[in-house]
Amino acid sequence: MMPGSAAPAGGAGMFVPAATAGTVLCCMCGVAMQPNPANMCARCLRGRIDITEGVPRHAAVVYCPDCCSYLQPPRSWLRATPESPELMQILLRRINRPLARLRVSLSGAEFVFSEPHSKRLRLKLRLRREVLHGVVLEQTHPVEFVVHDRLCDSCSRAQANPDQWVAVVQLRQHVPHRRTFLYLEQLLLKHGQASLAIRVAAAPGGLDFFFGSRSHAARLVDFLATVAPIQTQTAKQLVSHDTKSSVYNYKYTFSVEICPICREDLIALSPKASRDMGGLGPLVLCVKVTNAIALLDPLTLRVHHLEEKKYRVYNFKAALTSKQLVEYIVLDIEQESPEISIDGSRYQLAYAQVARVSDFGKNDTIFTVRTHLGHLLNPGDHALGYDLYGANLNDDDMDTAMTRYSLPEVVLVKKSYEKRPRTRRWKLKRLPVEEDAANKAKGEEEKRLDEYESFLKDLEQDPELRFTINLYKNEDYRSEMASTVGDDVPTVPIEELIEDLTLGDDEEDEGDEAVAGIAQSGMVE
Amino acid sequence: MATRIQFENNCEVGVFSKLTNAYCLVAIGGSENFYSAFEAELADSIPVVKTSIGGTRIIGRLCVGNKNGLLLPHTTTDQELQHLRNCLPDQVVVQRIDERLSALGNCIACNDHVALTHPDLDKETEEFIADVLGVEVFRQTIAGNILVGSYCAFSNRGGLVHPHTSIEDLDELSTLLQVPLVAGTVNRGSEVIAAGMTVNDWTAFCGSDTTATELSVIESVFKLREGQSTAIVDDMRKSLIDSYV
Repeated sequence: MMPGSAAPAGGAGMFVPAATAGTVLCCMCGVAMQPNPANMCARCLRGRIDITEGVPRHAAVVYCPDCCSYLQPPRSWLRATPESPELMQILLRRINRPLARLRVSLSGAEFVFSEPHSKRLRLKLRLRREVLHGVVLEQTHPVEFVVHDRLCDSCSRAQANPDQWVAVVQLRQHVPHRRTFLYLEQLLLKHGQASLAIRVAAAPGGLDFFFGSRSHAARLVDFLATVAPIQTQTAKQLVSHDTKSSVYNYKYTFSVEICPICREDLIALSPKASRDMGGLGPLVLCVKVTNAIALLDPLTLRVHHLEEKKYRVYNFKAALTSKQLVEYIVLDIEQESPEISIDGSRYQLAYAQVARVSDFGKNDTIFTVRTHLGHLLNPGDHALGYDLYGANLNDDDMDTAMTRYSLPEVVLVKKSYEKRPRTRRWKLKRLPVEEDAANKAKGEEEKRLDEYESFLKDLEQDPELRFTINLYKNEDYRSEMASTVGDDVPTVPIEELIEDLTLGDDEEDEGDEAVAGIAQSGMVE
Repeated sequence: MATRIQFENNCEVGVFSKLTNAYCLVAIGGSENFYSAFEAELADSIPVVKTSIGGTRIIGRLCVGNKNGLLLPHTTTDQELQHLRNCLPDQVVVQRIDERLSALGNCIACNDHVALTHPDLDKETEEFIADVLGVEVFRQTIAGNILVGSYCAFSNRGGLVHPHTSIEDLDELSTLLQVPLVAGTVNRGSEVIAAGMTVNDWTAFCGSDTTATELSVIESVFKLREGQSTAIVDDMRKSLIDSYV
């Protein structure tokens, strides 16, 4: 009774009547065809319905000839090479809205070659739309884009005046050395924070970062606040204004001051500060500076972390800084307690008998001191320390401490290693910093090199410091140097080094953090 | 001869009219155009009756009939029933039936000898169809559709069915009906055949959207052209032969 077309799909053994699809005549032209929902042949359907109706055939894109980028409205500029997928994306976004409005879906798009000088880009789209009870038609549709040349904001600014800046971050630390800045430079390079800077200039006591936009500068300040104990002040100056359209142009200044306590500084705490920190010190060593300052009491191995805000309350200065370190020779060492680990750093309390290297062979002055370096020092080693016995101190807190307590004559700070050759198997990237006139003075150059060298030495000796920055392989390093170095001297293991990315002969990769960032993620050995 | 007409700007003329070999029912419309189109074509041979069924104008979908009788759904009022009994010829039996599926026109398709019905129709209704309309009843589907009355239209001379009907189904149906069938469309590709047209043995009315191709299919399968075309050809042949001789 039931005809074949109504029978359900049969399983094994079920009778399924054959159903041969018949033909009907197209209702328009009368050609025989398979029945479809519109009962019209494809040619008639296409002739009657144009799915591309209302889809634009012409559009315009704005192109910056200076930096080869296209405007993505409202304001962003995207770099795209000719006939690239990125360019296709930019172009398709220009005609996205009419397509969505007409409920036309895009099933394909390709570039049609056009002469670059013609300032035209041609796309061939394949559009698809549902017409008449579920019939889907597909049609090709050419679109021509006219390329309008216009300089983008940054290019036009650069053309008008390359040094035009809107915001400046003045980073300062009032200490006699530049170690902090050498370290910060590496941090900024690793995190790509200074890549947006138009210019980086050295100033007396710090660095100036110039930016094209206030938000870029604010971003740098925010970053600095996470890595260093800083105090920020902002100011703005009105440059020009247009009252009719309510446009005001300002120059913004962020004055960022890093607190003047550095690693290895010796500090004499005031009685109040010492009491507030639970009787710490009063003689403490700064062992680590992040956004908090870690203070170590070398006699009791207690560590106290002082936040920037707290520091502002006491506002102490360093009594002695790393410049005033004196070299000692260890004559004898006697461990007092087992080795302990605080915040990932190891310490061991010990009694050491030391003598100044400068006194060696002249007199028999020997000091017996308590030190936190018991795990590092052995008899015969050299160590650097602060000579309180011979120092000429000019610090009120130190004077108070001296009257109240019997202070040690020597505070050992770190082990010292013999001089090593200046070539290393690793190197660091540098920010392109413009030196000002004062820094170019005679002798400054040599001083800077010395500071850089001691910074490199610090990196070699402190894996914790190395951990936060990127070290690159030095291609020029010759391995025969290794044989002359004693086994004892700490070196950087090759696993920590990163292969540098070099792009052929051109020097474009210099200071290009974005490219370096890719290299870091992809080529870590 | 097939005619293209419209009911109040609507092309579904099969919904608003019922045409058989013995009478024609036309819905009561706002304008007289629709009625006069039927009147002009049919007035010489059969009565054209204006009516409503159950107060609605979709009479073509609600009732089913042939030259022997007319079946009306249970929604038909007594007045309408009386009006139809008065207007239709005496040999036509008018019967109101209690069928749950009240759109009889959608569920039943018939000519003067055979009827195809919806598979779920009552046994009693089937008996009524056989008695009143004097036909053999087959429960069927058209291209998987159970509304056989909507998706096909046939007279004693030919029939038009849903375009998706397979060749095997066409064979089976035309064996049952004993008339030639063809798959086709009306109203520029509409599959709802019976809604778009109404037909008897010598004339057909289609919606005004029907294209020339569809019209020619309809005329050829329902054999509506034969009388005139042979007459014309004879006429022409005569004159041609005249001129040659």
